[in-house]
Amino acid sequence: MAKLNVNGQTREFEADPDTPLLWVLREQLDLTGTKYGCGIAKCGSCTVHIDGIPTRSCQRPVNSISAKEKIVTIEGLSKNGSHPVQKAWAKLDVPQCGYCQSGMIMATVALLKAKPNPSDADIDAAITNICRCGTYNRIRAAIKVVAAGGKTKTAGLAIQHADGSTT
Amino acid sequence: MSKSILNTDVSRRAFMASASSTAGGLILSFHVPFTQAQASSPEINAWVVVKPDDTVVVRIARAEMGQGTLTGLAQMVAEELECNWAKVTTEHPTPGQSLARKRVWRNFNATGSRGIRESNDYVRKGGAAARMMLVQAAADAWGVPAAECVAANSVITHKPSGRKTSYGKVAEAAAKISPPDEASIVLKDPKNWRLIGKRMARLDTVNKTMGAQNYGVDFKLPDMLCAAIRDCPVFGGTVKSFNAAAIERRPGVKKVVQVGNTGVAVVADTWWRAKTAVEALSIDWEFGANAQVSNESIREMLKGGLDAKEAAIGSSKGDAPAAIAVAARKVEAVYSYPYLSHAPLEPMNATARWTSDRCEVWAPTQNAEATLAATAEASGLPAQKCEVYQLYLGGGFGRRARNDFVTQAVQIAKTMPGTPIKLIWSREEDMTHGFFHPVTQCKLTAGLDAQGNISGLHMRISGQSILATVAPQVIKNGKDPVVFQGLELGGKEGQLGYDFPNLLIDHAMRNPHVPAAFWRGVNLNQNTIYMECFIDELAHASSQDPLAFRRTLMANHPKHLAVLNAVASKAGWDKPAPKGVFRGLAQTMGFGSHVAACAEVSVSEDGWLKIHRIVAATDPGHAVNIQQIEAQVEGSFVYGLSAALYGEITVSNGAVVQKNFDTYPVMRLHEMPKVETIVMPSGGFWGGVGEPTIAVAAPAVLNAIFAATGKRIRDLPLKHHSLKRA
Repeated sequence: MAKLNVNGQTREFEADPDTPLLWVLREQLDLTGTKYGCGIAKCGSCTVHIDGIPTRSCQRPVNSISAKEKIVTIEGLSKNGSHPVQKAWAKLDVPQCGYCQSGMIMATVALLKAKPNPSDADIDAAITNICRCGTYNRIRAAIKVVAAGGKTKTAGLAIQHADGSTT
Repeated sequence: MSKSILNTDVSRRAFMASASSTAGGLILSFHVPFTQAQASSPEINAWVVVKPDDTVVVRIARAEMGQGTLTGLAQMVAEELECNWAKVTTEHPTPGQSLARKRVWRNFNATGSRGIRESNDYVRKGGAAARMMLVQAAADAWGVPAAECVAANSVITHKPSGRKTSYGKVAEAAAKISPPDEASIVLKDPKNWRLIGKRMARLDTVNKTMGAQNYGVDFKLPDMLCAAIRDCPVFGGTVKSFNAAAIERRPGVKKVVQVGNTGVAVVADTWWRAKTAVEALSIDWEFGANAQVSNESIREMLKGGLDAKEAAIGSSKGDAPAAIAVAARKVEAVYSYPYLSHAPLEPMNATARWTSDRCEVWAPTQNAEATLAATAEASGLPAQKCEVYQLYLGGGFGRRARNDFVTQAVQIAKTMPGTPIKLIWSREEDMTHGFFHPVTQCKLTAGLDAQGNISGLHMRISGQSILATVAPQVIKNGKDPVVFQGLELGGKEGQLGYDFPNLLIDHAMRNPHVPAAFWRGVNLNQNTIYMECFIDELAHASSQDPLAFRRTLMANHPKHLAVLNAVASKAGWDKPAPKGVFRGLAQTMGFGSHVAACAEVSVSEDGWLKIHRIVAATDPGHAVNIQQIEAQVEGSFVYGLSAALYGEITVSNGAVVQKNFDTYPVMRLHEMPKVETIVMPSGGFWGGVGEPTIAVAAPAVLNAIFAATGKRIRDLPLKHHSLKRA
């Protein structure tokens, strides 16, 4: 049995030692929010945090991670989507197909931790994940909304939500 | 495509209800007979289920792959239903249920930007009919005429008495009322719409922010095994032999299976083990004659079509060759457009379970009916014994309108009766076994008179026909009508916006062995580059402003002109651009909508391109969800510009060279221009939204690059060209 610390819990599992973390998360630990897109660390849809550092889990063999290192996946950000980045994503309707968005959100959370008020250049440098639907401009807008403390009106999207609110 | 199943005589009534919900995503309790589902949640009609707590479940046949159709269709049903939008949820019916009910949900196909435009009428009528039945049920209960009752926000009010009830309370009674005669259904006047045309939030966002949206790759069943596959790298090649013994004892490996004549799959307890095992497998292939084909040989093959005698005529007026022959000046240019991969971020996948009397498939598909047909064919069972549950798509872009991966999943599952098998392609398998954007070249020849007016235009397209791959029976006398997208003389789908005194647009079909299919924007992509860049060339050749030059040709096409004028005005075409910034224009019509773009770019001394801003306009007739249309326009630009900047699938020894995003780069966030979208619905028609604008991004940028550098890029992608100042 190998052990990993995932989303605050110690999880035991059996897997071949060189299995990428991505596939242990998806197949052994049933955390399927982290996605496979390329397998060569080019697309970023598998991004998780290891001790706070955004990491492309498809290229990280699971035997290179100790049980002391703290892994956080999209499922570990919040129980109900209440993380400020998730909230901004929802209020601006950022996702289209949504497949890349777990990775986008994890990359964004790491960026905002390092730079709570990132410049456009900071965003350009930190968000290198691929989105094939093309949600890049809403991602940028949502990052700025979080940086501004959740003020959604500045994005100028005027989205009408089912609860009657407009963001 | 789905013809075979449409003609099937379906006698069995006990079809299974999908317990899918967009909230949960996973379909686990699929063995629920429809009648039971009805008992707990009255189905008013095929489109609307109303629960006792007033929750409305809208049935959505079309696939959702990010394009927003699910929300848009729900808006349209809810608009006529007059229900409480805050309590609207959705679910997908299955094609098996649809067949059993005489195809009540009609077309499941979500390609060609058709989801909303082709179903707007019947889904709105579905909502209206359900409302009429609910109102009638309330009126019956009160013993009053239905005409004295009104419905709003899921509440029915008897006007004279002020009595009120809710949809949930009368749903069970309403479900028993005969549906109204379709002729008696009067749809709302667009000016009274309260959901259609607004900036409504999507219904499917929150789970995607939590990693909780389940896609095809996430699907799970008890005792399921996973499969990975390698298909012959050369299209048309076959498996000669493979050494299964060498990998059969690897941990977790359950089976090594030949799939059809062309592939080998490994079934294992996890996908990672299946993938690593199949990659370790030594396979001897019979590549066949196609192994001689290279990018160069394809280019030569197409080049031969540019001057070939035989060609199918798409659009013709007057005598263009004769007019060009006697013109004061002749302008000629040859353009080309490469193969492209769809590369949705979720690789192809499908889960299948086969027994000798039933085959079920769970798949992210753009057309569940076609998937059912493919399932029936691969399973060897009649369609009545098959079922398909459509799962959420991690991108589609046309790729998931094909069902090759479904056929494979069923073929593998057939070798292990009763065991569910989830087949997932690796990215490498996905990129090398696509149905690619077709490859074409185009020679444009124009005659100009002494004043610089066009006297004749000949546009000769040479290259691949999509229908030759996907529907060869449609091709008559060598003509694939889809080749001429956006170049038609008249019609409501893709009308050319220019009038030329003499015009000939023809196509010399040249089909390499590489399979081609619909790719977001389809043939409108290259046709708009060819036409809009050449029009730009002609404007410069006759020393005219590209906007003014276009306007003189567009007098009889006011809707085309309106979107072009809108972008020119918003971009400030008549005012100078910021220092170092240059503009380019493009317009077209496709998928029933009029679109235009004005791009602003700069090119540094050493050749670095920066796309600063694109102003876009679209007139889709009726606009259903403005904020989602904006999202589609921006997204289409990313897809179109990814292709224009970097996109290229090349062929060597008959096989695709690019295998992953390292050699098939796409646009990333830092390259994304500011996009300003003008949505200008002129009413009276329903045009598509997901695709049309993709076609104007590349030519607008290419024309802006010419303005900036004097360099006319005629073959893509741009990465092969130096924009450095000479």
